[in-house]
Amino acid sequence: MRRIIIRRLLQIIPLILGVIVLNFMLIHLAPGSLFDVMTSEQQVTDPAMLDQLRHTYGVDQPTSVQLAKYIWSVMRLDLGFSYRQNAPVLDVILEQLPSTVILMLSATGIALLVGITAGVLASVKVNTIWDNLISLGAVFFFAAPSFWLGIMMTVLFAVKLGWFPVGGMRTIGSDQGTFGDALDVMHHLVLPATALGLFYAATYARVMRASMLEVFRLDFVRTARAKGLSRSRVVISHVMRNALLPIVTLLGLQLGTILGGSVVIEAVFSWPGIGSLLFDSVMSRNFPMVLGVLVLGSLLVAVSNAAVDLIYLRLDPRIRAR
Amino acid sequence: MAAIALAPSAPLLEIDKLEVSLFTRRGVLPAIDGLSLTVSAGETLAIVGESGCGKSLAALSVMRLLPEPPAKIVGGAIRFMGRDLAGLSDREMQRVRGKDISMIFQDPMTSLNPVITIGDQLIEAIRCHADVSRKEASNRAVEMLRRVRIPDAERRLNDYPHQMSGGMSQRVMIAMAIACGPKLLIADEPTTALDVTIQAQILDLMKDVQTDTGMGLIIITHDLGVVAETADRVVVMYAGRKVEEAPVEGLFERPLHRYTRGLLGATPSAQRQGDRLVEITGSVPALENLPTGCAFQNRCPDAFDRCRAERPVLKPLLPHRTAACFAAEEELSRDVAAIGS
Repeated sequence: MRRIIIRRLLQIIPLILGVIVLNFMLIHLAPGSLFDVMTSEQQVTDPAMLDQLRHTYGVDQPTSVQLAKYIWSVMRLDLGFSYRQNAPVLDVILEQLPSTVILMLSATGIALLVGITAGVLASVKVNTIWDNLISLGAVFFFAAPSFWLGIMMTVLFAVKLGWFPVGGMRTIGSDQGTFGDALDVMHHLVLPATALGLFYAATYARVMRASMLEVFRLDFVRTARAKGLSRSRVVISHVMRNALLPIVTLLGLQLGTILGGSVVIEAVFSWPGIGSLLFDSVMSRNFPMVLGVLVLGSLLVAVSNAAVDLIYLRLDPRIRAR
Repeated sequence: MAAIALAPSAPLLEIDKLEVSLFTRRGVLPAIDGLSLTVSAGETLAIVGESGCGKSLAALSVMRLLPEPPAKIVGGAIRFMGRDLAGLSDREMQRVRGKDISMIFQDPMTSLNPVITIGDQLIEAIRCHADVSRKEASNRAVEMLRRVRIPDAERRLNDYPHQMSGGMSQRVMIAMAIACGPKLLIADEPTTALDVTIQAQILDLMKDVQTDTGMGLIIITHDLGVVAETADRVVVMYAGRKVEEAPVEGLFERPLHRYTRGLLGATPSAQRQGDRLVEITGSVPALENLPTGCAFQNRCPDAFDRCRAERPVLKPLLPHRTAACFAAEEELSRDVAAIGS
């Protein structure tokens, strides 16, 4: 078991390396650079001065050398310096990362809770009005773009009803102590996390329903009934347990897209996470920051994927045996 | 608790004119049509027939585990120790399943939950009916595994089903079925999915348990070898109806119904080495277009006009034996006439 974990973690290294190389090349292929933006903003036109600056920032060297230097510095946990924020890239990202992680985790939690509950309900009440309503809801939330959903939810629950704040992560200028602050953040979190989570909840509901119906037909369910277990007991400890396996697979695949989705949601709700940071950095061609966010983001996804694989190992003994 | 007093001759299970229909798009099909049978404590009844004859549905009806939809009990009664099971609530039926009546199934490899250890599955079965601690249930699980002759029982508790062979899994299924001391065990094709060498072991095991506990046993099979080895009495089913019932020796000595005869003729045996097996030509008629008259008429070598016009009913043709076959009736009356002259 320990060897499986170590091997799985080691697989992350080449993956991250690939992410760095690809993104580095992609950014260098794009027109314009931070250097161009800075010099034009400062109105530097003197060729000698430009050469001097190119040398200082290292952009006069061949791309391959720049890449090698970048990889070397990443290995020393140095993601470069952001001249926009006038701070090391890593520091800026680490400052913003927790809010994104909170948003992602809450959205995933909502997605799992709502999706699994809806899927189980639909499968237990298959071909009834409940099943149809859940399917209809799932199609709606699957089709609705999350930014649109976010805006609509803001209009209804924040502007019209005033139940939740319109945006941001904390009430500005309030000082309520640690506990009060946590409550405040949670209050701000409800709308963005729901807007982001409902799309995934829709997928989970569909998959869970199909998976449950599949498992219901299997022989061991009949065995469980023949033992004298109640219907709810059979559903919970025999059917659900097996039906959850595809959900775990799906969860692993979707963590990356949840991070992507949070970029949009953070922009809609002015949530101060790395999604907003990435958006701003692309706009201002702050490429060290863009690269940094992408590298750290992929690390986050890779690690959580590995975690999901390990959960799968726990849930399905048949895989452990191989 | 009031003891349920049984008259000495009263059967443990009595199925009385059971009717099960399949509600499909093609219409309502009579999957079981007026099946009656009884099983007493300590007795082994075999139900024999081809796939689709309704024998498994009959077993599932007793457990009230019919796949609904499409199958549904539409008539008759199933009395277990005098209580009509069809009239019980879901909750009452849960107390019967696994405790009074247990069932084991055809494919042991798929009948156990793949993600739960066999120990937990056994413990669950025990604690479902007995108010005991996990520890006690666990001890009883080990005892049960020993009883079904699984070596190294304590360690096996932590195994998952995929770590066991088919024969081992079927032993676990039997352990689970007898864990709460049922009075009746229904085995639906218990050896069909197993190797021949393992088959005999599993049958022996079930007979041993029966001898120890005095439970009634219903074995559902299409394998006449299994019948010969285990049964006291045999019910032959064809297209949803009982066509013959006989004590096991009598059935093998002189099968009355032409279908039973066909089944025996199609079974290889050492005495008939070298002979060609006789197949039953044709196939079971579809339930939606059963012919008027006898359902077996199109495959029967001895069918005559009456078989096509009139549906034969079960008649006592020999002592302790009934059959629903005009050809058998004719044959027996000829025999009687021959003896008389």
